Amino acid sequence: MAAPPRHVSMLSISNSNAGTPQSASSDKPQTPQPPSTPQQASGLRVPSNRKTIYDRHLNRSRNAELSRASFAYLFAEMVTYAQRRVTGIQDLEKRLNEQGYPLGLRLLDLLFYRSTSTSSSALSSSSTSSSPPNRPLRILPLLHLIHGPLWRLLFQRSADALEHSVSPDTPNEYMITDNDPLVNTYISVPREMNMLNCAAYIAGVIEGVCDGCGFEAKVSAHNQPTEMWPSRTVFLLRFGDSVMEREKVLERAGIK
Amino acid sequence: MSYYFTILSPTDTPIFNIAFGTSKGGGDGIARFRFPDTAQYMNQFIIHSSLDILEEAQWTNGGMYLKHIDTYPPASAYISAFLTPSGARFLLLHQPPQLPSSGSSSALGASSLLGSSGSTTRASSSSVAANPTSPQTEEAVRQFMSEVYESFVKTAMSPFYKQGMEIRSPVFRSKITAAGKKWL
Repeated sequence: MAAPPRHVSMLSISNSNAGTPQSASSDKPQTPQPPSTPQQASGLRVPSNRKTIYDRHLNRSRNAELSRASFAYLFAEMVTYAQRRVTGIQDLEKRLNEQGYPLGLRLLDLLFYRSTSTSSSALSSSSTSSSPPNRPLRILPLLHLIHGPLWRLLFQRSADALEHSVSPDTPNEYMITDNDPLVNTYISVPREMNMLNCAAYIAGVIEGVCDGCGFEAKVSAHNQPTEMWPSRTVFLLRFGDSVMEREKVLERAGIK
Repeated sequence: MSYYFTILSPTDTPIFNIAFGTSKGGGDGIARFRFPDTAQYMNQFIIHSSLDILEEAQWTNGGMYLKHIDTYPPASAYISAFLTPSGARFLLLHQPPQLPSSGSSSALGASSLLGSSGSTTRASSSSVAANPTSPQTEEAVRQFMSEVYESFVKTAMSPFYKQGMEIRSPVFRSKITAAGKKWL
């Protein structure tokens, strides 16, 4: 818990620094900002143009595209960072998974926020009866959510396949296939680590989404190359027993 | 009408709460609960006791706004719930204003009490405040919840925010206050 005091002192320094040049530069002479006491008391720094994260619109970057080069660079750094502190491939994949998990939780909220706000705007323009999307209650809607909207949000296309395990011993296993995962495009795995699949990061994202919706699951990424798709990756979703039990109850209750 | 609003993390940690009163129909936005000396902790008790019902309703209704889910008659507190997809719970306790005439007669039914409060103390302009289960109230609460949800998503998207952390931002608080003023 050494972080908060340091954080506060850092902010107070930047506050005192920002105070003098701002008045000197006088970029906004007509609005001399009054010293806002509640903000200062909590140690929160408010930007000089008053644009906090709450004033920005969440849909503004909706259709913006991220540079693939910068993403590849960033992701390579993330893999390197994770690799420095691990003992084996499994450990490395676990770390990548953990990095993706919080992203999954956030994407879930963002995804629903964006689809509600667009459906309401679509409602006014085209007057269709598109109700806000429902939270997934059963496994199948959840998988469709991941396969379709989530994949489109991340990669601008749907995933390539969605399968249920054919084995009767493992009814809790589902597979989502991506023929050419974006994260692996610029990664060539050394021969001695050929089990490694850096899409474990995406598996972490999926796990975050499942967990957020209340479906406890373990998700892992596996290489399944074909001749046409050398970096084909299968994401294996294993749902927990509690989920399968609830699934049975909900099925009996007739809830879709 | 007095309100108590709480956000609970998926692990039942309270991460934000605020009490406020109605601003409609000449209200001043200050919460006046029926039992002011115990309200501070009783409201929390009442809200948390509705979690069981919420967790049942969660799996039968796929919407995010679950409407009015629970009532606590002794304090005539009504609880509405909103569930974010990532598992955070927004709970709003609302308590209609107490009539000066019905102060002694505690056996008075809720409906007659509300009906009389609508006709005597508050004008027809404040229909939202008068009847906590009317469609207008549900709609107003839904609008309020959607505004809170927007601010909440913005909070959650911040890289410095981890799920389950208390929301301390004064800007967030002022956004919620503004949403309450606008809709409730």
